[in-house]
Amino acid sequence: MSSTSTTGTDWTRRSAAELADALAAGEVTSVELTQAHLDRIAAVDGDADAGVHAFLHVDAEGALEQARASDARRAAGEPASYLDGVPIAVKDVMTTTGLPTTCGSKMLEGWVPPYDSTVVAKLKAAGLPILGKTNMDEFAMGSSTEHSAYGPTRNPWDLTRIPGGSGGGSAAAVAAFEAPLAIGTDTGGSIRQPGAVTGTVGVKPTYGGVSRHGLVALANSLDQAGPVTRTVLDSALLHELIGGHDPLDSTSISEAVPALVDAARQGASGDVSGLRVGVITELRGGEGWQPGVLARFDEALEALVAAGAEVVEVSCPNIVHAIAAYYLILPAECSSNLAKFDAMRYGLRVLPEGVESPSAEAVMRASRDAGFGDEVKRRIILGTYALSSGYYDAYYGQAQKLRTLISRDFTAAFEQVDVLVSPTAPTTAFALGEKLDDPLAMYAGDLATIPANLAGIPGISVPAGLADEDGLPVGFQVLAPALADDRVYRVGAAVEALLEKKWGHALWAQAPELTTRQGADA
Amino acid sequence: MPDTPPVLTRDQVAHLADLARIDLSDDELDHLAPQLSVILESVAAIQGVAGDDVPPTSHPIPMTNVFREDVVRPGLTAEQALSGAPAAEQQRFSVPRILGDEQ
Repeated sequence: MSSTSTTGTDWTRRSAAELADALAAGEVTSVELTQAHLDRIAAVDGDADAGVHAFLHVDAEGALEQARASDARRAAGEPASYLDGVPIAVKDVMTTTGLPTTCGSKMLEGWVPPYDSTVVAKLKAAGLPILGKTNMDEFAMGSSTEHSAYGPTRNPWDLTRIPGGSGGGSAAAVAAFEAPLAIGTDTGGSIRQPGAVTGTVGVKPTYGGVSRHGLVALANSLDQAGPVTRTVLDSALLHELIGGHDPLDSTSISEAVPALVDAARQGASGDVSGLRVGVITELRGGEGWQPGVLARFDEALEALVAAGAEVVEVSCPNIVHAIAAYYLILPAECSSNLAKFDAMRYGLRVLPEGVESPSAEAVMRASRDAGFGDEVKRRIILGTYALSSGYYDAYYGQAQKLRTLISRDFTAAFEQVDVLVSPTAPTTAFALGEKLDDPLAMYAGDLATIPANLAGIPGISVPAGLADEDGLPVGFQVLAPALADDRVYRVGAAVEALLEKKWGHALWAQAPELTTRQGADA
Repeated sequence: MPDTPPVLTRDQVAHLADLARIDLSDDELDHLAPQLSVILESVAAIQGVAGDDVPPTSHPIPMTNVFREDVVRPGLTAEQALSGAPAAEQQRFSVPRILGDEQ
């Protein structure tokens, strides 16, 4: 089968909203859509050594079974949701019954969770067939997906480049037309930065807006699940579906999800008259910023001005310390979180060599050495240090105070403007291997995304075009106050619409053809 | 509180790894210790930025006393809970011996 149906339509090139409309109109079945995406995965995804490698597990049988059930519901006139029957990919950090959940780690190789995360339960209840689980940096620690224990994901725009991280698999799956929708998680930019470097849309909701139940925690006070798509409207549709209060997550917020789809539709008109946009002075360029990224960012700004927005510069002076604060808070939280991987109740158990009847503690040490990769070990050790007696106040305590100052900067800024904007990442996708053994260089790429996690505010990354020097995608970030997620959709959709009007097409239409792997597309 | 950013020594990293219950090999210590020093020096830059009057933030969205209704709801069965266990016996997690090593 090929990914083109008998009518000549390539269903993998459609947005989720278009697919939902086609399903509702009876132009296609969920089985056909799901099969088209499974065929695309078989054709381009490859494995650890070649191809996109967005997926760690593909569940063709399960997805088709869900698709058949969806078609039956629709035939009976009872679709479970607007997106019923539209397939989706899920980051391998979300628990799924019947499907492995490895978090990109050897520690959880082959582990099949006994319960569904709330996000996955909502997807199943809404009828979205789950195509499989996507690759990620181990336990979501990284900005390139190279820290996956199962081999890196490759950027569909250039297979020698990183797809961003930690959610490189979800972004690459959507960018490579292997899935119209995906779930990501964003602790310091892991949805938005992969979105930027793969030319896709990614949203980090307000902290607590989407349940963390069943999201294997990296840093509890920072983690947030959200949508990964090719259009802003699709993100809004998915966000409304997965968002909302969950009694199983005590940090879940009780406020209702704002009307995101309406906001995206309103923004798509391109009318932003009266909108006050603040450009964050500290994320406006300087050392480490690629000229082509800044050029595309400026063009998007000009488009907003031409459409009636008022653009001013706003300073958030403390965000220059955001990376340092983040790389103390995150290791502190993750060193505590990952203590649960003790080789006793689930996950890897390794017996130390040459020891007769080893103690539980010796088994724990050997298992944690064998199960965790370098980046995870670095962060656990750093966090152990930051939380240790005598250094707690100097490091973790200071970082928490910085968090207060950064939140205050945002609060002050949002008194002057409706939204804040910046490039999502300072550079386009770098080469695989380039920063793998230079943790600080890798961390530096997160400077524009981390502040939103520290403050708990929502953010979106939308495609802003291709950088002149390397022809690779650039992301435009929009931030809004906590609970005002609708604003990032309204402005994100406006930027998307204004730029697409200027280009005459969506950015993804320029994505290079991926080589179909020999023998893969029967 | 140290006046200058401390650089982690190899021995300190070994001690921290011990506290975190990770057996690091000599090669790993040689590799990770210098990297951790560089990271620590970099993040130490925040010391002194926030004054004593700044309260710490541990959670981005303020919340207090989150309760749920005290009602019984289904949980995992013993079989489900043990489904990922490296070893199980008589509906329990089976673990290596827990006594005997000096700490």
